[in-house]
Amino acid sequence: MDCVVTGGNVKVLAKAIHSLSRIGDELYLEPQEDGLTLRTVNSSRSAYACFLFAPLFFSRYVNPEGHGFRCKMAIKSVQAVFRSLATLEKTVEKCHIELDADRNRLTFTLHCKHGLLKTHNLSFQDSESLQAVFDKDRSTNVLKAQPRVLTDTVLNFPPSLDEVTVTVSDERVWFRNHVDQEAEPSKAMLTELCLSSDEFDHFEVRARSSVTFCLKELRGLLVFAESTGLPVSMYFDKPGSPVVLSVTDSVLDGNFVLATLSDESGVQTSDRAGTPAPPADDFMNDELESYLIAMDTSMAAGPSVPAPLTPPAPLAPGRVVSPTATPDPWSPAHSEPGEDLTEEEEEPGRPPNKKFRSLFFGSVYPPGSPLGGHTPSSQKVLASDSEDDG
Amino acid sequence: MKFRSKIIDIGCLNNFTRVVTTISKLTKTCVLRLTPDNLYFVLSGKVANGGVGMWCELSQAKFFDEFQLEGVSAEANEICLELAPDNLSRALKTAQNAKTVKIKLTKKHCPCLTIAAELPTMSSASRVVTHDIPVDVIPKRLWNDFKEPSMPDFDVSIYMPPLKIMKNVVDRMKNLSNFLVIEANMNGEMNLKIETDLVSVATHFRDLGNPPWAGGDGSQAGANSQRDPEAMVQARVDVRKLQQFLMGQQFNPSKAMCNIVQNTIIHLILLYEDVSLQYFIPAVA
Repeated sequence: MDCVVTGGNVKVLAKAIHSLSRIGDELYLEPQEDGLTLRTVNSSRSAYACFLFAPLFFSRYVNPEGHGFRCKMAIKSVQAVFRSLATLEKTVEKCHIELDADRNRLTFTLHCKHGLLKTHNLSFQDSESLQAVFDKDRSTNVLKAQPRVLTDTVLNFPPSLDEVTVTVSDERVWFRNHVDQEAEPSKAMLTELCLSSDEFDHFEVRARSSVTFCLKELRGLLVFAESTGLPVSMYFDKPGSPVVLSVTDSVLDGNFVLATLSDESGVQTSDRAGTPAPPADDFMNDELESYLIAMDTSMAAGPSVPAPLTPPAPLAPGRVVSPTATPDPWSPAHSEPGEDLTEEEEEPGRPPNKKFRSLFFGSVYPPGSPLGGHTPSSQKVLASDSEDDG
Repeated sequence: MKFRSKIIDIGCLNNFTRVVTTISKLTKTCVLRLTPDNLYFVLSGKVANGGVGMWCELSQAKFFDEFQLEGVSAEANEICLELAPDNLSRALKTAQNAKTVKIKLTKKHCPCLTIAAELPTMSSASRVVTHDIPVDVIPKRLWNDFKEPSMPDFDVSIYMPPLKIMKNVVDRMKNLSNFLVIEANMNGEMNLKIETDLVSVATHFRDLGNPPWAGGDGSQAGANSQRDPEAMVQARVDVRKLQQFLMGQQFNPSKAMCNIVQNTIIHLILLYEDVSLQYFIPAVA
């Protein structure tokens, strides 16, 4: 592999890497005929991101190894190459990425002003392909907006907020913070923002729906989108199916695929999405008086709690699936879909993120490969080899 | 019980947000008292709060364009709520360039203070952001705990030095000791002192001036005039409490005063254009 990025594209590449770093710890690099792919996935397998840079993005793009070469490396090392974005913009004229002849290092050379050359030799590990199974074009709902709209929306929520629920109806979109029902429901502040379809470049809602996903991972994409000025498209279906956010232009294609909460009360919420009137001026329906009367005489009715999460829905048929019931598909004891939730929680070695019980990953191996499907040996793919290069 | 209000003016909204942000830096929870004329943020000086008390009074007319209140009953026409001011501060901050902001008492899954802001957008429709802040309604029988504190029978009353300077001094002192002595006299002099086994540090302020408390209470004026103006009156307080008070200030008061009751309590009074804030820090032995 041998490619050169020049001028402003160096910053674009750097920003892409920074936004990928907000998702996962390892960067999977795969040069192909249609361009260079950078991918990453988070530890709980609930978020995946991929940037494809077409050959035209580069001033030179040569791939002598053909399809064979794939590697992964610690994303922090790559970030270190592109550390200071401001300096990059001012001083770096081009960036040359090439695979070292004896195939154990990837060399990043930054050609800076005044003849200065900064060379980084990064070691990598061979890896299998990382590919999430998703199909944007079959999504029920598609929204496309300028990045500013989404950034402004996200500003209304505290930076610490983990999950956001997006609900669509024919003409409006609601963004709400999602409150974990394990937390005390009566103590959390609820924030809701309502946007009308006018604010979107493209607003296609074929079915009312409400999906909940992790906001933190979205922010990484928004930073990238805002700096490049590219509109963000959002593709989603129903709770449990992943939401895909993408930015595209003629030379690059970025996709962030985030798992959504699989939630039985999804049915409930989409009904509610139908009923709220355009933002009500008049809060007549929720006066306090009736509540106080109830309070005097007896315990007030408990807060309406969404139905408990069911075991996740299995993926749509026809896709190669790994058992999706556990958040950690690589543990030897796979629980079947439909297993009791409580059992899951006692399983040792659970990744810390307990919230997303729904996965969308197909097998890491492309369908049809001899190792497709879930065998214990596939665990080795994701555990990094203990032997490390120097 | 009903409460509906609306703020239209951006300046008023900014000021109100700053007041709420100041309160949120002073305490995690407090009581909001709503009356037809005023709003009060109250922290009663109970042991649970470390003995610290706070009383902040705002005149509603100076901030709100609409303010409708129906209290618990005709004789007790007010509402008392317990909430986390930080939630209110965050909600208001998202609405800083809103066209209108409505604040209302509602019942969602529990009693809530709902902030609804209409945000300007490029398109014709506007964006509405709604925040529901859970609150606890405080029943009338507990209202006694949240009455306006009376002015303590102070020994010395003095204007404070610029709060920024005081904050810098106290920040440094906090690293050396847990307790700080504030002393002042009726001659415009104030000292901040810390003393440990290894080191003593004192900062002296001069020419601060003393507020002319009109002798409404004749005995108080009398007691003060008998006191030697040079005599220092002191109280020893937890330095972190004083620092928290100084750190939270979001804007400069037009007047800042400090009353000291010897070895008992210090009473800080900040007056802004439309807001007054009183803060009580008990003395420790």
